Amino acid sequence: MTMTLHPESSTQTSPSAWQLAWQRFGADRIGVWSAGIVLCFLALVALTAMNLVASNWEKEVAIGHAPPSWAPVAKDEGGAVQALPPVLDYTPSPTDVVDPIAKEWAQAQMAVKPAGEKPDVLATHLPMGADKWGRDVLSKTIKGAETSVLVGLAAALVATVVGAVLGAVSGWFGGWVDDLSNWLYNVFHAIPGILLILAIAAVLNTKGSAAVVVILGSTSWTGVYRLMRGEFMKHREREYVRAADAIGASNVRRMFVHILPNVSHVILVQYSLLTVACIKAEVILSYLGFGVPVDGVSWGTMLTEAQNDLLVGKWWQLLCATLAMSIFVTALSLLTDALRDALDPKVVQ
Amino acid sequence: MHAYVARRLWQMLPTMAGVILLVFFLFNWVGGDPAYVLAGLMSNQEQIDSIRTALGLNEPLYVQLWIFVKQVATFDFGASWTTGEPVAQLFASRLPASLTLMLPLLVIETVVCLVLAVGLSWVRGSRLDRGVMVFFTLLMSVSILVFIIVGQYLLAYRWGLFPVQGWGDGLWKNLSTYAPLPILLGLLVGVAPHTRLFRTFVLDEVDQDYVRTARAKGLSEARVMFVHVLRNALIPVITFVISNIPGLLLGAFLLERFFGIPGVGREIILAVERSDFPVIKAVTVYVALATMVFNLLGDLLYRLTDPRVQLR
Repeated sequence: MTMTLHPESSTQTSPSAWQLAWQRFGADRIGVWSAGIVLCFLALVALTAMNLVASNWEKEVAIGHAPPSWAPVAKDEGGAVQALPPVLDYTPSPTDVVDPIAKEWAQAQMAVKPAGEKPDVLATHLPMGADKWGRDVLSKTIKGAETSVLVGLAAALVATVVGAVLGAVSGWFGGWVDDLSNWLYNVFHAIPGILLILAIAAVLNTKGSAAVVVILGSTSWTGVYRLMRGEFMKHREREYVRAADAIGASNVRRMFVHILPNVSHVILVQYSLLTVACIKAEVILSYLGFGVPVDGVSWGTMLTEAQNDLLVGKWWQLLCATLAMSIFVTALSLLTDALRDALDPKVVQ
Repeated sequence: MHAYVARRLWQMLPTMAGVILLVFFLFNWVGGDPAYVLAGLMSNQEQIDSIRTALGLNEPLYVQLWIFVKQVATFDFGASWTTGEPVAQLFASRLPASLTLMLPLLVIETVVCLVLAVGLSWVRGSRLDRGVMVFFTLLMSVSILVFIIVGQYLLAYRWGLFPVQGWGDGLWKNLSTYAPLPILLGLLVGVAPHTRLFRTFVLDEVDQDYVRTARAKGLSEARVMFVHVLRNALIPVITFVISNIPGLLLGAFLLERFFGIPGVGREIILAVERSDFPVIKAVTVYVALATMVFNLLGDLLYRLTDPRVQLR
């Protein structure tokens, strides 16, 4: 708070709550940095969605499992094929369950794909390596970011809108409307989130981004509902709302023109919290095969592929998807904290 | 107290009815005619017809609902559509593996997180505290899948410290051989969010008057933190842990799947993959019931540990 009140400036209009919040936010260096990172990701997602970036992610641009150019394995003669893990000299103990044909498989792969067979057409090294089919992992990660981030944002939007509207109506009208919404909340709240997600995934039995948005949106609105209901019950009795009533403002107008701006910071914070949760849930759903179908790519499908890659020592796809996801999720979480601090000065850390 | 319990139990009825209605709506209306699903699972038309008759699908909707309510009340969801095993028996046989994995994890995680939370509150605001909290934020941003994939690969597959996967018969064999790695990975995933939560519980206590009194008496800081503060911070922790027990059964489904542990969580994933509706319906209804009961238990335990709390 750098603002000082001089006698001569008291006639000027005082800064609005949002301006004050913006000032507080600007002073929070971590918040500004994470906002920058989140904006970079969103810009990248927008460019990808317009097919300006990573549009050829499905193209085979390198040999299968081409390693990253900076990785130590890349210095070896023969590149990708030499980068087999030292699984071969691993001695299993009797209790272990190991892949019985790992050794033969590795040898067969070596025989089928001699190093540098088509080096003039396909790259042997890429900045972040290539996957099994020689697709650029970096392009894939960017394309996967588009799916994961958009699904996360959309699912969180559905959940926030449902929760906010139900909570507003419930808190504002009270009575049987409140009882009914509360009952619905209790029912959804009684079933653990992941179980409800799986049950809905089972009955929908369709794959794709839209299905994930429906599944996650319809299950994660409860937190927003509870908060918004409380806020509306609190604000309903405030003087400014009574004053609006006195000059004849309608119910809808008082709810969404008068009260909503005063509780919108709660919604904003909940929205970014939900986005983080939905991105994480999308990854797990896609891994289990209920999310993004195999012909699409998301961070979840990348991790699924990366699991098999890792078994043959190709760690770069896992690294790239994990890094992208961690950077985005961390930035978004820190941004949420900064937003909460900036928007609600009463909260003392 | 008795009046409170009676009222809470009474309040569960509408919620339970809602859960039953929701599950019924999902599986009988959104899910469509199970004949389509069944056609993919079994070739025998007579079998499909008998399941349709058992579910009352040729009857009006209220008859179907009544059949479902009777199933819930009698714990009899019939046989699994894929394995033919009675659903009740299926869960009875999967529960021990889940408990073998989750109970030790629950105990270890709670103790570790509590000690960490009290320790961090002791040095709150210091560079160590802030550093650990930043590290936890990073840890929480990594998907649980990555922990399991990398952990299983490095610790079991590459270094051979643990078996890659599997499950035996004896309790001790499972606990000593197969469970440690999943428990370790579960701990790694849970330590960050739980320590953060428990830290806020502890920080709620450290500025209380009794803490100042304890310090004024000349007690050591270790005694103040780990005896006086810890005991009081335990109250919300107990409530949190108790009300999370039903979710634990499912929470480990990824661990169970990766490590081939025949538990309830893995069974649910299998059921969803195979569209085995009776299994999913049964789990959803009973886990919801268990969640409500354990929430009530948590509240009652809160009352027992903190007599100041008034249950209304």
